[in-house]
Amino acid sequence: MTEAGRSTATAGRSVGEAYNFAYLDEQTKRMIRRCILKAVAVPGYQVPFGSREMPLPYGWGTGGIQVTASIIGPDDTLKVIDQGADDTTNAVSIRRFFARVAGIETTDRTAEATVIQTRHRIPEHPMREDQILVLQVPKPEPMRYLEPRELECRKIHGFSEYGLMHVQLYEDIAKFGEITTTYDYPVMVNRRHLMSPTPIPKFDNPKMHRFPALQLFGAGREKRIYAIPPYTEVKSLDFDDHPFEVQTWDECCALCGAEDSFLDEVITDDEGGKMFVCSDSHYCGERRAAGHVGPMEGEDAPSFARPADQEADGS
Amino acid sequence: MSGTVGGHDLAPGFADPVLGSQSAFRGVLEAMSRPGRVVTLSTLPTAPAPLDPATAALALTLMDFDTPLWLDDAATTDSVTDYLKFHCGCPVTGEPDTARFAIVADAALMPPLDAFDPGNDLYPDQSTTVILQMKSLAEGPRLRLTGPGIERDAIATVDGLPAGFLDQWAANRTLYPLGVDMILTCDEAVLGLPRSIELEG
Repeated sequence: MTEAGRSTATAGRSVGEAYNFAYLDEQTKRMIRRCILKAVAVPGYQVPFGSREMPLPYGWGTGGIQVTASIIGPDDTLKVIDQGADDTTNAVSIRRFFARVAGIETTDRTAEATVIQTRHRIPEHPMREDQILVLQVPKPEPMRYLEPRELECRKIHGFSEYGLMHVQLYEDIAKFGEITTTYDYPVMVNRRHLMSPTPIPKFDNPKMHRFPALQLFGAGREKRIYAIPPYTEVKSLDFDDHPFEVQTWDECCALCGAEDSFLDEVITDDEGGKMFVCSDSHYCGERRAAGHVGPMEGEDAPSFARPADQEADGS
Repeated sequence: MSGTVGGHDLAPGFADPVLGSQSAFRGVLEAMSRPGRVVTLSTLPTAPAPLDPATAALALTLMDFDTPLWLDDAATTDSVTDYLKFHCGCPVTGEPDTARFAIVADAALMPPLDAFDPGNDLYPDQSTTVILQMKSLAEGPRLRLTGPGIERDAIATVDGLPAGFLDQWAANRTLYPLGVDMILTCDEAVLGLPRSIELEG
């Protein structure tokens, strides 16, 4: 309590008085910070950590929140996205959580954020060296479906025996003529560790390669932290005759006309009507603010698809 | 916060333990994720001699009762051990291969790198992190660093590495993903040297 009181005074912001700065106690932060440094030293290796109970259920981003809470300071500006959107329940809750327990600024603008916590997307807007991306991880172990035993998985990583995963991908090709994994597509980090990129669409996998910002991964339920330092080699697994490819769309974004972003398919009525919109709500909003117009933008645009900038944050 | 313990002054830790360690952690996180970059820590505690302020900041930020610490003879003074025991509560060990952290205040007294714990095949994260105090991180013999965290290559000019260090580091590199990680400190600055980094003289 003494520590919290002092921090609040120093930060000069109204932090919920019952909490230490950023919610976690200092011993927990130290433990997580040590794990983060080891994770950075061995890119792609999953460091076990003592995941704490958080005031929201496992599966709602507790791993990402604990990582964010351990790195964030009063000078940081936090952006939180859920499947690319700033205005979904998970994103709004986590942003409000940190506004309350750390008294920090929050934003939905990618360029203004110093720390971006994300669930299942990497922002379309390129990130910079002075930013940190924190990814929420449901299932950190890429080998788990193929080898359920934890000790065996550790040996697989220890001895770099990743043949099983190649067999899995090969079986896809044998059955379907192509690799059918479209999200959580396994990557090889620094030519050594096979890693789950989290359930981001494989569209985002190439962004991880030589990414200028530090990427940190937190799995709360599974109690693992891992990292990709800046400019690290990240390669999606593939075969010479079946090279890795990302998905493409015949449509452009119905609201902003973007042809280079990841699109969500949205059903608009009961007659089979649908539209494709950018999953990254801030990217889409920014493009529309700059005057880009998609085929469905205008008076008829569904109300849920208004630009993120108009969204009242509530935090 | 300053007081007297065992007949000598006990130096205070961070003025604000919460935000002080947060700020120091972000500094060392930047240093470890961008090896070769000299990062000056902005918030520093008063350090007991012979520790540099940056070394003391790392201790206050990262060490506690979970992290056995090994100290070289130069750092084994009453004021340093009392400071670390009071502020961090970390056990001090005489065996380098049982230590999670090691503080080397005098490079000439550093045991060979393979005396420290490199971790094991199943848990390479359980290796020792060696904090080595340098004469300078600004000038000295030139080192070229390559590896994760570095766009092409990084040049560090550091003075005070122990004799034969490059060979020891090359041997440490061959253990990857096992291996010892290092943080070089001098005065208020830190430079990260994670095991993933290749060093050339």
